[in-house]
Amino acid sequence: MVPQELKYTKEHEWVRVEGAEAVFGITDHAQDALGDITFIELPNKGSDIKKSDVLGTIESVKAASEIYAPLSGKISQVNESLTDKPETINFSPYTDGWICRVALADTAEQETLMSAAAYETYLKESHS
Amino acid sequence: MSTIKENLKNTPLYNKHTALGAKMVPFSGWNMPLQYTGIIAEHIYTRTKAGLFDICHMGEFFLRGPASSLELDRLVTCRVDDMPPGRCRYGFLLNESGGIIDDLIVFKISQEEFKLVVNAGTLSKDRRWIKDHISSEDIFADESECVAKLDLQGPLSAEVMNTFGLEKVTRALKRYWFTYIDLAGVKVLFSRTGYTGELGYELFFPANDAEKIWDLLLGVEGVKPIGLGARDSLRLEMGYSLYGSDIDEDHTPREAGLDKFVFMEKDFIGKDALLRQKERGQSRILKGFISEGRRSARHAFKVLSTENNVVGEVTSGAFSPCLKRGIGLCRVEKEFAAAGTRITLSDGKVEIPAAIENIPLLKHGDNWQSG
Repeated sequence: MVPQELKYTKEHEWVRVEGAEAVFGITDHAQDALGDITFIELPNKGSDIKKSDVLGTIESVKAASEIYAPLSGKISQVNESLTDKPETINFSPYTDGWICRVALADTAEQETLMSAAAYETYLKESHS
Repeated sequence: MSTIKENLKNTPLYNKHTALGAKMVPFSGWNMPLQYTGIIAEHIYTRTKAGLFDICHMGEFFLRGPASSLELDRLVTCRVDDMPPGRCRYGFLLNESGGIIDDLIVFKISQEEFKLVVNAGTLSKDRRWIKDHISSEDIFADESECVAKLDLQGPLSAEVMNTFGLEKVTRALKRYWFTYIDLAGVKVLFSRTGYTGELGYELFFPANDAEKIWDLLLGVEGVKPIGLGARDSLRLEMGYSLYGSDIDEDHTPREAGLDKFVFMEKDFIGKDALLRQKERGQSRILKGFISEGRRSARHAFKVLSTENNVVGEVTSGAFSPCLKRGIGLCRVEKEFAAAGTRITLSDGKVEIPAAIENIPLLKHGDNWQSG
């Protein structure tokens, strides 16, 4: 069961909406598929991003993967602790492993995200 | 995207791996455990305690009879005629151009009996090559299907074996020597060899006893199962080549910096080509590298000089859990091969600053922390 209060994308990112802001990360499914994460290229504070833009790159023992912006906005904070301890994403994908905080460009955009239930169904269907 | 479902082989320990929750992946035609808990944790565990690896997929060939020593000396690059029984040597099977068909270890069991341990992915090729180049197929046997191989590696490996009353053996057994031991009634060929750089052993015994010996060793407190993912990062920290990535039929041992495993004072297939290459010289050589940061280059990344010229290519790359940096091996122009030479590794999208380094990449004195 994924955290029910979060929203999700098909690319396995999660979103925690907090009014006009949101926090992004990758889901437990994503960290498990990647394996041990060894590096993350964090986005730049202050940069403007559009939904589906490449937010950054994650490298794991197996491969490199891109992360995509679930929503549009301006990046207000990045989780600097991930620079030296990217494995935090493996151990704690939904809390300590948060990637960045964003001031939302359009709060209505969150309607495009999946609910926890929809994401769970999506996971089940992709595995059949 | 459609995928072709390979007909993968299972080792005798397949059920053990799935019961342990291992992530299974195809490797050289086999269904192998990539990891059980995590590649980095398993890597660190092997360097600090003792890890057990299922290596049943590798091949075991035997050459038996009065002609075997002579025939073997013509096939492999390591010297065979002066090996005492109980000794192992690392060497290569070369083609007529001096290119590497496979890297292998020769075990001298007796004057008339030798074992060759070969890679899983090259097994059929090696078998065909050997049978085509010996005087009579009678002397050759491929016993891979009936031999199980387990690797026990890590600073505590001797202590693990000592729990079976083997102190005299572990105290006396030197690197690249082997002996026979009895484990719960099973006769095991026990060699002090391995692919991790740690104190460790390789155990060869009848495949029917695979589960029994696996359980026996895992039952010793402190032993954990380790997957192929960690096996790769462990060998890369040592700078050991992997066939198919760092060495292949298009390159000679000299180009891999491995000419010390070629005994030139005898006749063997490929020798003439090596002599010609020695005269001409060769432009590229295999060297280690360490990235400035955590980013890992992968096979086929280009090696760029500080002037932005392509001077080589990455053959193997991974993250080093001990150094906490990207590491790897690359084939690079000799002018750029000195340790300390700054390079950039690039796949056209990512650029990783790095420096050439002599192997081993993880040095004996390196003070690394498992935290």
